Amino acid sequence: MSKEIKKGALGLEQDSPAERFFNGLIAENPTLVLMIGMCPTLAVTSSAMNGLGMGLATTFVLALSNAVISALRKIIPATVRIPSFIVVIASFVTLVQLLMQAYVPSLNKALGVYIPLIVVNCIIFGRAEAYASKHGIVPSFFDGVGMGIGFTCAITVIGLFRELIGAGTAFNIQILGSDTIFTGAVGRYLSRYQPISIFVQQAGAFFVLAFLIAAMNKMKSNVSKKETK
Amino acid sequence: MRETIMEFLVLILSASLINNVVLSQFLGLCPFLGVSKRIDTALGMGGACIFVMTLSSLVCSTIYWFVLKPFDLGYLQTIVFILVVAMLVQFVEMILKKYMVSLYKALGVYLPLITTNCAVLGVALNNVTNNYTIEGSTVCGFSTAAGFTIAIVILAGLREKMEYNDIPESFKGMPLVLLTSGLMAIAFTGFSALK
Repeated sequence: MSKEIKKGALGLEQDSPAERFFNGLIAENPTLVLMIGMCPTLAVTSSAMNGLGMGLATTFVLALSNAVISALRKIIPATVRIPSFIVVIASFVTLVQLLMQAYVPSLNKALGVYIPLIVVNCIIFGRAEAYASKHGIVPSFFDGVGMGIGFTCAITVIGLFRELIGAGTAFNIQILGSDTIFTGAVGRYLSRYQPISIFVQQAGAFFVLAFLIAAMNKMKSNVSKKETK
Repeated sequence: MRETIMEFLVLILSASLINNVVLSQFLGLCPFLGVSKRIDTALGMGGACIFVMTLSSLVCSTIYWFVLKPFDLGYLQTIVFILVVAMLVQFVEMILKKYMVSLYKALGVYLPLITTNCAVLGVALNNVTNNYTIEGSTVCGFSTAAGFTIAIVILAGLREKMEYNDIPESFKGMPLVLLTSGLMAIAFTGFSALK
C-alpha cells in the first residue's frame, strides 16, 4: 500500500505536531473561527494581562488533559466517557488553581472564579471529544497546545484592545492619556487622549466582540464574493 | 428573625439584579446567546435553570459544609461540584420523566443543556467563596437563576422585535445579539445604585 501523505492545515502533513499547532492557531482558531468558549473570552478580557494569564492556564489544562485522555482512550468505555473526561479535566484545573494560588496570587485573585470554571470551557471538552478520544498521544498534545495558544492570542488581543481604549494602558503600561510614558511631541500628542471607560466595563466586552465578529463576517463575505467572480 | 429576612432580601436583590449573572459576571453566556431566539423557549430555559441551580446550590453547599470542610478537603471542590452538577441534572431528568411528566415535557431539551451552563458551577463556587450558609446558598442559587431568567427573557423579547429589521449584512446574527446584550448590560449597571 503506497503511503499517501494527507494534507492538513497550511498544506502540512495531517496530524503532525506542526500541522496540529497551526490548525489550532489559525485554521480552526477556537475563539475567532469556531466561536466556542465565549464566557471567559468576555469575562477576563478587561486587560491584556488577565487575558494572557487565562489563556496560558487554559493552554496548560488543554494540552495535558488532551494527552491523558488520548492515553486512556482505549480503556475508557464509550458509555461513561463524558464523566471520565470531566474528572480528568477537573483534576488538571485543580492543579492549575493550586499552582496559581502559590506562585501568582495576584493574577489568581484577578481571575477569581473563572479559573475553576475552565472545567466547563467548551473548548477543552470539545477537543477531548472531537480529537483526543480518537487520535494518538503526541498529535493530541500538540492539538491542545495549538488550540490553547490560538485561544490565548485571541483573548490577549481583545484584552489589549479593550485596555488601550478603555484605560489607555497596555500590559499595565500607560500609553495613552495624560500620564503617558512617552515624552516630547509624541507624548504631547498621545496625552490628549481621553480613555473611554465603558470599554473596560462589562458592556464594552459585548461591543468589542460584536464588532470583531462583524468584521470577520465582512471579510468572509468579501472572500466568497471574489470566489464567485 | 427580621434581620435574617432583611439579609435574604439584600441577597436576592444583589444576586438577581445588581450582580446579574449574565450581564455583569458573564456566566452562562452560551445559553443566553443560543436559546434566546423566542420568548417561550427562553422561559423554558429560565425555568429549567431556576430548578437546577436552586437544587445544585443546596446540594453543593451541604456537601461543602458537612463533608469537604470538616475533613479539610476544600481543594477538591471543583471536581466534586462539577460531578454533583452533572449527576444532579441526569437525576432530575430521570425523576421528572417518571413522576412529573408535564413539567418534564415543558422543560424538555433544556435540562441536559444545563450541564454546560457555567452559571450553575459558578454559583456553587461563589457560594463557598462567600461563605454563605446552606440556606443562604439556596436563596442565592434561586435568585441568581431568577436574574438569568429575567435577562434571557428580555433579550428574547428584543430579538423577536428586531427579527425583520433592516441591518447591515455583516451585523446580522451574533453581532446584533451581542450589541443588544451590551446595551442591556449598560441598563443593568443602573441597578448598582441600589447598593
